[in-house]
Amino acid sequence: MFDSLSDRLTNTLRGLSGKARLTEENIADTLREVRRALLEADVALPVVKDFVDAVSRRAVGVTVSSALNPGEEFVKIVHAQLVELMGEDNDELNLNAKPPVVILMAGLQGAGKTTTVAKLARYLAERQKKKVSVVSADVYRPAAITQLQTLAAEVGATFIESSTDEKPLAIAERAVATARTQFADVLIVDTAGRLAIDDAMMAEIQSLQGALQPTETLFVVDAMTGQDAANTAKAFNDALTLTGVVLAKTDGDARGGAALSVRAITGKPIKFLGVGEKVDALEPFHSDRIASRILGMGDILSLIEEAERKVDKQKAQRLAKKMSRGKKFDLEDFRDQLQQMSNMGGVGSLLDKLPGMGQLPAGVADQVDDGMFKKMEVIISSMTPHERRYPDVINGSRKQRIARGSGTAVPDVNRLLKQHKQMQKMMKKVSKKGGMQKMMRGMQGLSQQGGRPMPRRR
Amino acid sequence: MSDEDDKGGGFFKRLSKGLSKTRGSLAAGVGNLILGEKVIDEDVLEELETALLLTDVGVEATDKIMASLTPRIKRKQLNNTVALHAALADELKALLAPLEKPFCVDTESKPCVVMFVGVNGAGKTTTLGKIASHLTAQGRSLVLAAGDTFRAAAVEQLQEWGHRNAVEVIAQGQGADSASVVFDAVASARARGIDVVLADTAGRLQAKANLMEELSKVKRVMARDDASAPHEVLLVLDAGTGQNALSQLDLFDQAVGVTGLVVTKLDGTAKAGVLFALAARNPKPIYFIGVGEGIEDLRPFDADSFVDALLGNL
Ligand SMILES: Nc1nc2c(ncn2[C@@H]2O[C@H](COP(=O)(O)OP(=O)(O)OP(=O)(O)O)[C@@H](O)[C@H]2O)c(=O)[nH]1
Ligand SMILES: Nc1nc2c(ncn2[C@@H]2O[C@H](COP(=O)(O)OP(=O)(O)O)[C@@H](O)[C@H]2O)c(=O)[nH]1
Ligand SMILES: [Mg+2]
Ligand SMILES: [Mg+2]
Repeated sequence: MFDSLSDRLTNTLRGLSGKARLTEENIADTLREVRRALLEADVALPVVKDFVDAVSRRAVGVTVSSALNPGEEFVKIVHAQLVELMGEDNDELNLNAKPPVVILMAGLQGAGKTTTVAKLARYLAERQKKKVSVVSADVYRPAAITQLQTLAAEVGATFIESSTDEKPLAIAERAVATARTQFADVLIVDTAGRLAIDDAMMAEIQSLQGALQPTETLFVVDAMTGQDAANTAKAFNDALTLTGVVLAKTDGDARGGAALSVRAITGKPIKFLGVGEKVDALEPFHSDRIASRILGMGDILSLIEEAERKVDKQKAQRLAKKMSRGKKFDLEDFRDQLQQMSNMGGVGSLLDKLPGMGQLPAGVADQVDDGMFKKMEVIISSMTPHERRYPDVINGSRKQRIARGSGTAVPDVNRLLKQHKQMQKMMKKVSKKGGMQKMMRGMQGLSQQGGRPMPRRR
Repeated sequence: MSDEDDKGGGFFKRLSKGLSKTRGSLAAGVGNLILGEKVIDEDVLEELETALLLTDVGVEATDKIMASLTPRIKRKQLNNTVALHAALADELKALLAPLEKPFCVDTESKPCVVMFVGVNGAGKTTTLGKIASHLTAQGRSLVLAAGDTFRAAAVEQLQEWGHRNAVEVIAQGQGADSASVVFDAVASARARGIDVVLADTAGRLQAKANLMEELSKVKRVMARDDASAPHEVLLVLDAGTGQNALSQLDLFDQAVGVTGLVVTKLDGTAKAGVLFALAARNPKPIYFIGVGEGIEDLRPFDADSFVDALLGNL
């Protein structure tokens, strides 16, 4: 975690003093780190090179303050450049044609095409009230047609039969006619996976595109793809008129640099992300999220979404109301917060997802672990309700009792009370202006206050 | 795989045909190095570094490989590009040679149970089908266990491979409990004195703790009647995978104890250079490579020819 990009960049910028203008010379090392980070995220090397040049042009002349965090500032520049390259968010599917409007899928073996057909069919039916038919022109992979048939039934799309005895082109042409008689708005044509260097198979999909005249030809790419994303994207883009990209399998821990490679090489927008195996696991693409992910900065938005799912909303609202009425954040509230934290998978998982954690001095995060929070919870639970509401009454003898009851020592109780005070201050600020940023800074303060390191669990 | 010499242009031709596609950029880069027999300068080294990075070797492993060459360059032991190329080839071969190991299903206990694991779409089922053919050719009796009870038509896909191999598939259909399917298959094979059980599993992303736990359960259940089962746990890796392969090996190994790798789709432009990083971090035997979608498109892994194909020196 301390290997975070902004830490690494800060290191390379350490020589700067006061207000410094970035020059080609003083950012050379920083750019090398950026290059490295992108390669680690699987961005294709030629794309990395162009990208680093662009970042250099963007950064030179910028003034950074060594007092602040030049690494963080530099990360912002890199992030902005990434977002720019990735282009406007665009999850529109072009359906402007005489129905049945055809969508054609293309990609390597196992990328996620068939699953994406089902997801798109569901998406179009639910969001845009379209009548969708699907057909499989994959006559090679065993049970590929049955796979699509099963998925079509699951999403309620009309499945047009095909058989492995038929030629893909014949299947496609017949399907258009059938879809027309079905009064389908959209026909999605699944195809077999193929390698870009397989000339016969590339010619086949070219002929499919020629015959079908699809309004959308979507290139499906696996988020775990490495350097080969560049070769493959180029070959498919050369052979076909692609209109967009779907990045599948983003629900894992891959950094997804392939997104940047494919976008840079094809110039085509990434329209959707596959976020799971189920048919509803399709999300519109957001360039800022992918940018953060590629940079290993964590994904604050998905963190917030997860928090929304897992946090007890009523409790959170109650707390917010209480705060806004100027009430104090008492130990009861503090305990609730600690519990919510562990509901969200513990501090470790929180910290991993949060950007800006690089600001934490090395060693601190090691001290912030779930054990520490459990301990705090236990201490609070050993207090009386009155003590929890009015912490000021907790005097020396009460502290001794609480320590005994929670199996801790008086200094632990003292530390907890101090942390609570800090949290109280922080909550006051948050409730005034709001904002995750402050909250985070508060958390840092909290962990720095932690004093003696707690034993690590893992 | 012995009769292949006389079909489709012969084994070696097919191998080099399959692997020639893995040469690509590294070959071009290194090719230039050899042609010139130049003195080694910064440009040469950078070209070499680039070539390695382009095959997914990864920054860390590339740095290590480059670092291992530098002292010899400094001491002028390597003083031209030809020598450098040879040293690099040796270096790479030395990393992978220990991972060459014949795939062997002779176990004390019968049946020998082989479990296939990996991320979604890596090529597990296809590889299972190809290995089935490899083993039947050796005269082994087999059953296939349709342990992917999740993905649409996964069972039908495996049944087609069973049909191609004329081998029985034990299945309960989509939605069934994967562990119980595999348990039944092993029990049935044992009762009938079958040599080998090949167990398919659903693809899963290694970061999904619940799915990994499910996989561990499948493994634990296999060991119920025979503590030594599964005898092999093969992690199937798509050659196109980038640095995520490291996390794949780490987490699948943690969950189910990987005993060997199969690298698929090497018939494309992907080079699987990440194998060098894997070898340095957590060396596992690489039993096979996949070079196509057909039943015969499986080759034993051979470090020398892999590296030579990569370096364009066949
Ligand atoms: N070109 C090529 N394609 C392959 C190879 N191995 C598998 N494939 C193809 O890759 C796709 C996925 O293969 P599967 O065997 O279904 O992969 P899997 O890991 O079982 O997939 P899931 O069960 O869906 O997770 C299929 O289209 C296979 O035909 C290979 O070595 N070369
Ligand atoms: N986790 C995850 N798995 C996916 C996703 N999209 C597809 N898959 C899985 O990846 C594998 C290959 O997908 P499939 O649609 O058959 O790929 P195709 O060969 O390109 O048609 C299957 O196991 C799918 O369930 C995704 O977004 N996330
Ligand atoms: Mg498919
Ligand atoms: Mg499978």
